Amino acid sequence: MSEDPNDSHPSEGSEYAVVMRNVHKWFGPFHVLKDLNLNVARGEKIVICGPSGSGKSTLIRCINRLEEHQEGDIIVDGTELTNDLKHIDQVRSEVGMVFQHFNLFPHLTVLENCTLAPIWVKKMPRAEAEEIAMQYLERVKIPEQAHKYPGQLSGGQQQRVAIARSLCKRPRIMLFDEPTSALDPEMIKEVLEVMVELAGEGMTMLCVTHEMGFAKTVADRVIFMDGGEIIEQNSPQEFFDNPQHERTKLFLSQILDHT
Amino acid sequence: MAPVPYKVGEHPDLPPPVSVTGPLAWLRNNLFSSPTNIVMTLVSVWLLYELIPPMLDWMFFDAAFSGENRDACRAQAGGACWAFIAERFRLFTYGFYPAEERWRVNLAFVLLLAALVPVLYDRLPARKIGLYYSMAFPLIAGWLLLGGWGLAPVDTDQFGGFMLTLVIGVTGIAFSLPIGILLALGRQSSLPIIRLFCVGFIEFIRGVPLITLLFVASTMLNYFLPKGTVFDLLLRVLIMVTLFASAYMAEVIRGGLQAIPKGQVEAAEAIGMKYWQSMRLVVLPQALKISIPGIVNTFIGLYKDTTLVIIIGLLDPLGIGRSSLADTKWTGLHNEVYLFVAIFFFISCFSMSRYSLYLEKKLKTEHDH
Ligand SMILES: Nc1ncnc2c1ncn2[C@@H]1O[C@H](COP(=O)(O)OP(=O)(O)OP(=O)(O)O)[C@@H](O)[C@H]1O
Ligand SMILES: [Mg+2]
Repeated sequence: MSEDPNDSHPSEGSEYAVVMRNVHKWFGPFHVLKDLNLNVARGEKIVICGPSGSGKSTLIRCINRLEEHQEGDIIVDGTELTNDLKHIDQVRSEVGMVFQHFNLFPHLTVLENCTLAPIWVKKMPRAEAEEIAMQYLERVKIPEQAHKYPGQLSGGQQQRVAIARSLCKRPRIMLFDEPTSALDPEMIKEVLEVMVELAGEGMTMLCVTHEMGFAKTVADRVIFMDGGEIIEQNSPQEFFDNPQHERTKLFLSQILDHT
Repeated sequence: MAPVPYKVGEHPDLPPPVSVTGPLAWLRNNLFSSPTNIVMTLVSVWLLYELIPPMLDWMFFDAAFSGENRDACRAQAGGACWAFIAERFRLFTYGFYPAEERWRVNLAFVLLLAALVPVLYDRLPARKIGLYYSMAFPLIAGWLLLGGWGLAPVDTDQFGGFMLTLVIGVTGIAFSLPIGILLALGRQSSLPIIRLFCVGFIEFIRGVPLITLLFVASTMLNYFLPKGTVFDLLLRVLIMVTLFASAYMAEVIRGGLQAIPKGQVEAAEAIGMKYWQSMRLVVLPQALKISIPGIVNTFIGLYKDTTLVIIIGLLDPLGIGRSSLADTKWTGLHNEVYLFVAIFFFISCFSMSRYSLYLEKKLKTEHDH
């Protein structure tokens, strides 16, 4: 990695990877996020769950400014998200994101998908970018697909490419928005394996998912959202064995019935 | 009869029977598959038989290729009088460009073909250098055709014929695509002023016939511009034709842009790309690809619309043809003139259309599976 000595991280000292203080967001008149407070420690793994429409996606999309919050503070890796484009760029260079529908670039090969940001955003020489991309494609176990187009891969393979693509700019924080919910059951496992491995390496992770097995093995904390609020948060063990809130109980009974 | 046991694994791939692949099968499937189809086929064959031989006779076998004037032609043969076209060929090609300077037009044409290669053919070695040349081509061609800097200056009112068509067509095509892209992006901008300007521009231009714009170019602008501004008529026409095509281009490209899922821009933003980067590297390559048929359609429309300049007194091939018909030596030879001009336009437009099909097919096999 091109470690620029001048590129000092204002973040080094700060204790938290992500800080959200009294965050509010509206879509038009609709109040999606209501007075959210959340501190994510460095290296912490957080799983966010909750019923559809509760604001889970909106919450994590605010962290890399795909959505703009209207009130409160969001501080990512020591950088406060404001309208300042420099701050937004800084945050986006620290935060990787994996989407439900992969959002790979269909007109570029797998390798080109991975090298696009390093070459154009980080101004890395192509050869170096390709070398790094191959390392990450190896990590997600599909180096042999590097020269294919996304349309030629299975859903599970595409999602692993998407993970490799966001890892290529060496983020310190990874956001996952239902990364396995568009996949067939037999492909969910291969994606979760990659994510578990990533968690083992100390990456800070915020993951919206209903894969409770993943939450139990990987998460340090599970957050339950409903109606734009954080209803309950706890360690996975406590959360699943001893839910406090009625709505949490109802939700858990529904998804556990289902799976 | 005792049933023969089915032998698993003993079925090699056999060629299909001739009845489904041979030429007879093709005929049966495509020409004689139903009673209606049979009738259609027979009628078509009869029509072709009635039309093609007389046309060939008129155009080639019964045509005169040399002769002093119309009567000389008629004395030789009853068909077309190509001697007329042959005599006027230079006029059709160069308009009134001075004879001793015509090598510059020829050179510009050769350079144009060379400039097209890197644009049209993406597997060219060192394509990037080639593209720089292609981008510089308009300047080089402008210098060659207009003169100055060591070349004898030629006034644009001496331009005419096919050369004029190419000048207007190529300029329009080369500039309407980038302007159209900017307008299409502007129409989606989050800044209301930019959006308003682009929508207003597009809707205004689309709401007005090209002829009107050309009249504005030839007369009205003189009123608006400060007295004494020398603003070449051809330049004004070029601007109007380009703007006209740009507005249509913008709408074609907007259609393509709308077909790109929002997730593409979000993914580009999430990996840190700026607006222009995400447009150039992610969105536009996909949007332009699906817009190819519409883009080429607009190009072809623009190219044929160049004939409208006849109305404001510029002599494109059609204009040259009409004025040639006024020559008493050659009266009445409309068919020859219009067929000749039609063939020129058909060859140009048909090549564009074929190229667009080739490009679509190529991009399809490259990306989609
Ligand atoms: N761009 C938008 N404009 C208006 N409303 C929106 C927009 N995006 C989301 N919403 C609304 O905000 C609410 C929260 O959306 P969000 O996508 O965050 O929910 P979610 O918890 O991720 O749900 P799901 O499990 O279905 O993904 C929903 O009611 C949704 O309809
Ligand atoms: Mg969601």
